[in-house]
Amino acid sequence: MGRQLKQPFQEKKLFTERIIVALIMIMVVFTLLLSRYFYLQVIQHDNYTKQAEQNKIKFSRINPTRGLIYDRNGLLLAENITTYRLQVVPEKSQALEVKLQQLKQLVSLDDEDIVAIQAQLKYNPVFKPITIKSKLTEHEVSRFVVQKHQFPGFNIEPYLIRKYLYPMELSHLIGFVGKISEAEFARQDHSIYAKDDYFGKTGLEKYYEQQLHGTPGQLVTEINAQGKQLSEKISTPPTNGTHLNLTIDMQLQKAAYRAFGEETGAAIAVNPNTGEILAMVSKPGYDTNEFINGISQVNYDKLAQSPDKPLFDRSIKGGYEPGSTIKPYIALAGLYHQLITPESTMISSGSYKIPNQDRPYHDWKQGGHGKVDLVNSLAESVNVFFYDLAYRLGIDKIHDFLQPFKFGQLTGIDIAGEKRGILPSRTWKRANRDMIWFPGETVITGIGQGYFVITPVQMAQALTTLASKGQVNPLHLVKRPYVKKPLPFDLKPQHWQVVHDGMTAVINAPNGTARAIRAKDYLIAGKSGTSQVFGKSEEDIYKKNDELPKHLRNHALFIAFAPIEQPEIAVVVVAEHGASGTKAAAPIAKSIIDSFMQERQDLKAVSDE
Amino acid sequence: MNKRFFTYMPDPVLLTLLLLLLGYGLVVLYSAGGIVVVERQAVRIALGLFGLYLVTQFRPERFEQFTPLIYAGSVLLLIAVFFFGITVKGAQRWLDLGISIQPSELCKISLPMMVAWIFRHTALPPNWRYLLAAAVAIGICAGLIYKQPDLGTAILVAASGLFVVFLAGISWKFIFSGLLVGALSLPVLWQFLHEYQRQRVLMFLNPESDPLNYGWNIIQSKIAIGSGGFWGKGWTEGSQTQLDFLPEHSTDFILSVLSEEFGFFGVLLLFLLYTLIIMRCLYIAQQAKTTYNRLLCGALTLIFFVYITINAGMISGVLPVVGVPLPLVSYGGTSVLTLLASFGIITSVHSHKKLIQQ
Repeated sequence: MGRQLKQPFQEKKLFTERIIVALIMIMVVFTLLLSRYFYLQVIQHDNYTKQAEQNKIKFSRINPTRGLIYDRNGLLLAENITTYRLQVVPEKSQALEVKLQQLKQLVSLDDEDIVAIQAQLKYNPVFKPITIKSKLTEHEVSRFVVQKHQFPGFNIEPYLIRKYLYPMELSHLIGFVGKISEAEFARQDHSIYAKDDYFGKTGLEKYYEQQLHGTPGQLVTEINAQGKQLSEKISTPPTNGTHLNLTIDMQLQKAAYRAFGEETGAAIAVNPNTGEILAMVSKPGYDTNEFINGISQVNYDKLAQSPDKPLFDRSIKGGYEPGSTIKPYIALAGLYHQLITPESTMISSGSYKIPNQDRPYHDWKQGGHGKVDLVNSLAESVNVFFYDLAYRLGIDKIHDFLQPFKFGQLTGIDIAGEKRGILPSRTWKRANRDMIWFPGETVITGIGQGYFVITPVQMAQALTTLASKGQVNPLHLVKRPYVKKPLPFDLKPQHWQVVHDGMTAVINAPNGTARAIRAKDYLIAGKSGTSQVFGKSEEDIYKKNDELPKHLRNHALFIAFAPIEQPEIAVVVVAEHGASGTKAAAPIAKSIIDSFMQERQDLKAVSDE
Repeated sequence: MNKRFFTYMPDPVLLTLLLLLLGYGLVVLYSAGGIVVVERQAVRIALGLFGLYLVTQFRPERFEQFTPLIYAGSVLLLIAVFFFGITVKGAQRWLDLGISIQPSELCKISLPMMVAWIFRHTALPPNWRYLLAAAVAIGICAGLIYKQPDLGTAILVAASGLFVVFLAGISWKFIFSGLLVGALSLPVLWQFLHEYQRQRVLMFLNPESDPLNYGWNIIQSKIAIGSGGFWGKGWTEGSQTQLDFLPEHSTDFILSVLSEEFGFFGVLLLFLLYTLIIMRCLYIAQQAKTTYNRLLCGALTLIFFVYITINAGMISGVLPVVGVPLPLVSYGGTSVLTLLASFGIITSVHSHKKLIQQ
């Protein structure tokens, strides 16, 4: 890069010229500005003096009340409660430190509060009120009101705070609100949002923020020349936020949360005829009420670093292999493409080999299951049957058949944060692994392993279609008219029936894998599954699940619906590190269905009387 | 401690003018916010003046030497803010308020330093290679701040860099075609604005259309200024200020308070002080020996002028509302500290030039 030679004298001349130009520019701009002030202050002076004298109207904002949230039976889940906070305008008070010491006798102030107050004193402008203490007790309020005259500049102000009545059971579903952040505020309409408004941060509170928030109103205050208030009038009343009526049945939600005991995981219960979600749990939950006014760093870190990941919403974000729970859908694909019939049989000898290849794919039962038909293959979860079927279908047909069931697709459920997951296909592998598809991968896709990443909500969406024999009822959490769509392809009634029969046999046949959860009064259909957990060391791979440390055990899955004649509830359960679907997940599903059937019976009994 | 280190006195002319302005500001602040506000601002001013004195002790060559480092540091801070802003989950934390403001303030000094540094050895006016380098330096800073999102500050920071380019003597053809392109791209820029930013611009064009929100502030401010008249209503006697009709009267609208209570006469006095300060600074820039010193001093002075214009224009209703404080008068720490530090650079250039001559 050749440098031009500097010519100091000319450069100085050039710079001086620019400085003079700048100075002229500054003079012109200042003259223009001053003439503006001259116009306002001298020419228009009389006009503005009149306006100043007439100026006695002040406008202020009336906050709208945030919409409440109810369950499907009208039970209150999230409300706003009036609380009081003590504030002070530093500019209007005297001897603040002394006053704070005196206040200690009226309201409880610990060292942490004092530190927070001092921080606010440092960073806030003195003419703006700062909060001394929020959430005052009734006692504190009444004690202070009596002594108020001793504390000029101090004021008690009522305000609404959000309160969740079932914070643990509904932590991910309802989510929580918090003070609107600078970035969120910048993107909102400033005639609707104020800087200290609540804003939905997660869950339904976030998804339905617009409806829940409402529109502020306007208060007109008239004052006299000494600044004394003469009158107050609401010129525009606020429009409060809309209430949300959920499809959730809180009784069932609680039962589902309880059913997990100490286990972690997710469960979703849905009405397969409507797509209404009756319960949706991610375990463990956390106390969302702690977040509303800003959680302390210590408590936040505790939650964020907990190995159980309470902040993680497993129901819409947790990615799992479907394992054997995919088998009913693979069976349907085989029936649809006429590769099997309801009567097809095959011999399970313990392993399967792709024609002309050596690698064996094993059954879970050593020596195999012998001669099996479709119903028995589902009942006993015969891998070989589905290895063979998947291989004959090929990955393209499997992918195209599973896609409308919403595996690896966004279900469009009305809650913030849903993850997409992966439905394996040639295109996906090419784009993400830059490799061709191998036939062996098709084989394991037949038992729900391989590249699958499926969320519980996707499993629930697929199960509604399976249970309702072909209706795609979009899952939703807030009551609305149902949208029904059939699958884009026609399956014969006997095809659905044989798969239902197979799933019924899983629980009710003597050879069923989940016969332990058989119910007395009604028939449940179901299918268990295991989602592999990776990251095991060489030697751990050959250990049995019971011998492994908990965090390396496989996830247990169970899908079920009941009663089989006319399904009214479909349930998906993921018990993380539960090792076996039948042992860990099935009892949870059973207890959710039991509690639903019990509630239904109770309702019937009441209406019969 | 090195004895010689504390031997450079800041330029007495400039220092006297600054002290007069700061004193004038405190008098107005007393009326707007009371004694507590004055006490606190006085502490910050004292801190800022000490900073100015300290900066004066460094030879300007030191700034020049460390410029790329300072620039890289402020860009890194901007990026840090960017990532920090994303990872905050639900929880409201104390820190994010303080930190998110600082790096963009720092850029108002570090960017003109960088551009001056780029031009320091080349012949002026610079050829296109140097101009391209300058454009990249400006683009990085302004782009990151725009992403925060803070359009107002992004434009101001970009301007502080462009002033250096202007002072470096690029041809008028270039400047005018740049202005033309800028004017023509306004409709495009409009598409990139957030809804609230568009509202501010629309409100500025017709404040009476929206009396409750932004328009209200401007109407009240104009009433305060206009009712002040030529001599003003007298110290602490302004009804607009004292009855709280005027919003933010200690910070962005402090000039409305001054106009109401000291009238047009008070405004003239203020602008006289500002003009004298600017003239003295431009004189120092013109006398400076190196390209870097000249360009930097000149650009810092011009950006000071821009702040005054934006604030005075905004509160009198001739410019849209952008949250820019009135330099050295408005209540607030960050602004006073950065401004006094940049005046420190200018006095450093002046003091060290003198000693070389002796």
